[in-house]
Amino acid sequence: MIATIAAKELRTFFGTPMAWIILAVLEIILAWFFLNQIDAFLAIQTQLASYANPPGVTELIVTPLFGNAAMILLMAVPFLSMRLIAGERRARTLTLLLAAPVSITEIVLGKFVGLIAFLVLFIGLATLMSLSLYAGAALDLGLLISNIIGLILLAASFAALGLFISSLTAHPIIAGIGSLGAFLGLWAINLSAHDPNSWLHTLSLLKHFESFNRGVIASADAAFFVLFIVLFLVLAVKRLDSDRLRG
Amino acid sequence: MTNITVSASGLSRRYGTRVAVHDLGFELRQGEVLGLLGPNGAGKSTTLQMLAGCLAPSSGGIEICGIDLLEQPREAKSLLGYLPETPPLYQELTVNEFLRFAARLHRVAKTAIPAAVESAKQRCGLAEAGKRLVGSLSKGYQQRVGIAQAIVHNPRVVILDEPTSGLDPIQIREIRKLIRELGGEHSVILSTHILPDVESICDRVQIMNQGRLAFAGSMAELKQAHPEQAGLEEVFIHLTRQENL
Repeated sequence: MIATIAAKELRTFFGTPMAWIILAVLEIILAWFFLNQIDAFLAIQTQLASYANPPGVTELIVTPLFGNAAMILLMAVPFLSMRLIAGERRARTLTLLLAAPVSITEIVLGKFVGLIAFLVLFIGLATLMSLSLYAGAALDLGLLISNIIGLILLAASFAALGLFISSLTAHPIIAGIGSLGAFLGLWAINLSAHDPNSWLHTLSLLKHFESFNRGVIASADAAFFVLFIVLFLVLAVKRLDSDRLRG
Repeated sequence: MTNITVSASGLSRRYGTRVAVHDLGFELRQGEVLGLLGPNGAGKSTTLQMLAGCLAPSSGGIEICGIDLLEQPREAKSLLGYLPETPPLYQELTVNEFLRFAARLHRVAKTAIPAAVESAKQRCGLAEAGKRLVGSLSKGYQQRVGIAQAIVHNPRVVILDEPTSGLDPIQIREIRKLIRELGGEHSVILSTHILPDVESICDRVQIMNQGRLAFAGSMAELKQAHPEQAGLEEVFIHLTRQENL
């Protein structure tokens, strides 16, 4: 049942120009960063040769590319997540799901999985872009995989928070602006979290992504993402359930 | 054992301090068509939302074919088809896609889905509209898609909230015919403002006013109970006005 709802969400994404435009715009921005990074790499390549243990192509191009992709997702996810529940409430189609023999958890998970599938597609494009470097260099596959895992976890966290905010209102635009605000707030936390021992540092999503970005797959960071995702999915379920109780 | 498909008892719903439905109880038998009548704001839609499991009652219980809707919502809901006041339609899907999705949501077996979608389209006069986007259909056709969505999984109980609203006279006649057909095998509960609808298709009527039941019984009983009134319209006005005083 989760797969049915997820498949329907994906079809809705691609049934409107929105998804195509978002994918195209993100891809263009990402390609721009990518080419810039390659240029920069070529400029310093001769200097690198004089180092004893120089950073590789993966560190100099793929790591910043995925860092940029994370920021792009921060901006893009609100546009995708805002309709998920708020839009259905507005169009009064939520009743179809609520009256069907489907639990609210399945509805929320279905929508979450549908959005993740779309975001994974975007991450797949970023990965393909990185793999194209094989044409002229050898890649550090471990670092690339760590980046992919980190970015998927980060995207899933954005998706879970966006989905929860979408469940709070019947206006997609309000949900979108609310999510963007929340994500920018998380980013602001990241900017002021210099001390690694402070609670701000613990709370910052992007700081946890940074370890993956550097190639460190730490279970503590992964656990933080998982907790974050579960928390907001549970809150979204509670919120939808209270609709039924309060009317 | 029993052919009672819907049984509600002591059903109440409050929004804050306002009582929308108060202590409502009724039973529906297999094959019956029950008409829910009442002026605007009488609590018809609230009642139907509760029967469909979209709204939790403040108190009281609902059983669908002997299954408690609040205790086992999944089992009970799979026996229900529901058309809300605003048909829940995804504008960006085609009629076929939408009905397939509705069938899958209601756990129709994968192999049975094409036949279920075909028969629902056939019954609702949508045979030609399968490939059109729901959003491009006229209001009457959208209403038909809404009804098709409610019957695609062949439910035991069909709940229709104002199924004939927004339709032209020819479509109304077709929908009435469809509802009467449905009544043969399914149980149907429908709410409406249109009194001739009730007279022509319902076996029993319930008149609601201000959240309470003002009358419940068959059409014959209604005429017996209010011999001084000429028809349903007069009874309706008599009952609802009396309560308003």
